[in-house]
Amino acid sequence: MSKKVLALTGNDSGAYAMKQVNPDVVAAYPITPQTSLMEKFAQYVADGVIDTEMVLVESEHSAMSASVGASSAGARVMTATSSQGLALMWEICYIAASYRLPIVMPMVNRALSGPINIHCDHSDAMGARDTGWIQLWSENAQEIYDNIIQAVRIAEDPDVLLPVMVNYDGFIISHAVENITVCDDADVRKFVGEYKAKYTLLDSKNPVTFGTFDLADYYFEHKRQEIEGMRNAVKAIPKVGKEFAKVFGREYGFLEGYKLDDAEVAVIALGSTVGTARAVVDALRAKNIKAGLLKIRVFRPFPEDEILSSLRHLKAVAVLDRADALNAIGGPLYNEIRAALYNRSSLPVVNYVYGLGGRDINMDDISSVYAELSEIAKTGKIKEKVKYLGVRE
Amino acid sequence: MANLKELAKRKEVLTGGHRLCAGCAAPIIIRQMSLAQEIPLVVGCATGCLEVSTTVHPFTAWKCSYIHCAFENVAATVSGAEAAYRSLKNRGKLKEEFRFVAIGGDGGTYDIGLQSLSGMLERGHRVLYLCYNNEAYMNTGIQRSSATPKGAHTTTAPVGEVRVGKKEYPKDLTGVVVAHRIPYTAQASPSHWNDLITKSEKALSVDGPSFLNVISPCPLGWAYPSDKTIEIAKLAVDTCFWPLFEVENGTTWKLNYKPANKKPITEYLKTQGRFRHLLRPENKTVVEEIQKRIDDDWAALLKKCGAQS
Repeated sequence: MSKKVLALTGNDSGAYAMKQVNPDVVAAYPITPQTSLMEKFAQYVADGVIDTEMVLVESEHSAMSASVGASSAGARVMTATSSQGLALMWEICYIAASYRLPIVMPMVNRALSGPINIHCDHSDAMGARDTGWIQLWSENAQEIYDNIIQAVRIAEDPDVLLPVMVNYDGFIISHAVENITVCDDADVRKFVGEYKAKYTLLDSKNPVTFGTFDLADYYFEHKRQEIEGMRNAVKAIPKVGKEFAKVFGREYGFLEGYKLDDAEVAVIALGSTVGTARAVVDALRAKNIKAGLLKIRVFRPFPEDEILSSLRHLKAVAVLDRADALNAIGGPLYNEIRAALYNRSSLPVVNYVYGLGGRDINMDDISSVYAELSEIAKTGKIKEKVKYLGVRE
Repeated sequence: MANLKELAKRKEVLTGGHRLCAGCAAPIIIRQMSLAQEIPLVVGCATGCLEVSTTVHPFTAWKCSYIHCAFENVAATVSGAEAAYRSLKNRGKLKEEFRFVAIGGDGGTYDIGLQSLSGMLERGHRVLYLCYNNEAYMNTGIQRSSATPKGAHTTTAPVGEVRVGKKEYPKDLTGVVVAHRIPYTAQASPSHWNDLITKSEKALSVDGPSFLNVISPCPLGWAYPSDKTIEIAKLAVDTCFWPLFEVENGTTWKLNYKPANKKPITEYLKTQGRFRHLLRPENKTVVEEIQKRIDDDWAALLKKCGAQS
């Protein structure tokens, strides 16, 4: 097996992983900032590098619908979108998950309208958090590549059979060039293997009906089975992560702690902000401040126990949310983490909603969060649970 | 087309015991369509009467592969299945032959599913799209659609003190489809079964998209006795309310049936409760308008088909 280093944008990294997987069908509709991913992928098809059947639909609603049709016909299927595209797919996202279709979808995170905006926040993916899709989050271009390849295996695990969304920050990661290490096409294809659907529309000897009219006497049990698939993903995700490490040399679990083991205060974040926070942690450590960081890689299924055990020893924690859950108590990540800690820990947890509509978050912003955390750790008092970081009030 | 004796031996895709109403034309249309050829079908259904009545879990009335996804996306869903078929064939992972049929009512086709249908036609998928057109949202209780005829009573465009049912004429969806210049487009009626089966055979044999718009009388929504379905479908054709024609490649028009005596529209209207109010003297002008529209459309159709009036 040989590895090489390529300088790729986040979207090119995603397209490269998709090319290496060479899915049977890709249904796609362009949307900023996802567009260059699909352009790159379409070029691989146009050049004959791969022979994926592309369905260039007239909307994201049709992209997800065609993905459902193709996956029900036994094909390995991918699509990709952002923001409004996911919002338009939303209805069919639930259907894809409930039909237990292992579709993989890079999700280039962008703020939802309105007002219209094209830059990064996490309101798109967070809006789809209860659709039954597994959500992986990527910090950089390398993780986009790694997560897409692992997503295929996680989705197709016979005990899981759920679609997977691979999130990464629009523009900040999708359009920035980074060095990434890739394996050969053959290694990737060997790792993902051949997909063999248990039930397919394309078997006339065993005709199946997908999408029966499921009333009060069966719907609940079917939903319960889907929930079980999500629970099984808790086992499948680290298993795939370990196998991935054997071939690719990088291991993945649910979370990644940075200087967390001996930390007293920590920030929890998703996506590219984790990279900025790492630099802040290093700067604070140089000043002998015991700062740490927790990156959430898997938001669905939500790794409750793993989060609890990584935070237990801390004195104060701040959750950074790049989306608000309007009129809830703080952002979606904060809600989940507070719920995970409730009755199990008395750790003070505060929330900072930041970066909506692509507003930059810089090291000073994150330093100010750690400064407040140190204060909370000292006094044990929280003045304000939910704050807005970097906004003109 | 195969003769009746051969047709009788063919396997049908829809079994008895489904829960559609007595007298519903939809299963008759599906049976006629599926007799057209013997290659296994993959059928997709939009949400609607046919879908809910044939697949109440844990039962299915479909003997062939079947998928329902949602209301507005049967064309996109079946596009995906057909793309998967081509991909798996190309990659040598599949040997079997299949034909693909997407089925929607008028709500799922004329209205909410129009964009999805247009996309499927433009992309050239080898799929037969069949619209069983019962001219309103029957599944949700007879609400008006863009296929509902002018003057018909529906629950959202009802007859009242100042309104005479639906104010607007239906959308010419067949014309919209023809404008996509797909290989084969036709209008059909279950009363002319021979014509419908022949058209289905043609539609499934072309290497690209095809579209059948089939009038589908509904005893409940149209308010008539359930044993009159085929008679009413025949009257729709004989009054030229629902002409039978086909168009190849969006350009070659052909009339398939010309009534020996074109009947006045009142002959059709008086068979159905949804039009009953139109026969009252004060609504005479509405009926005259409807008749004129039918006459004009018929003359235009004859011209397109190069037929004599």
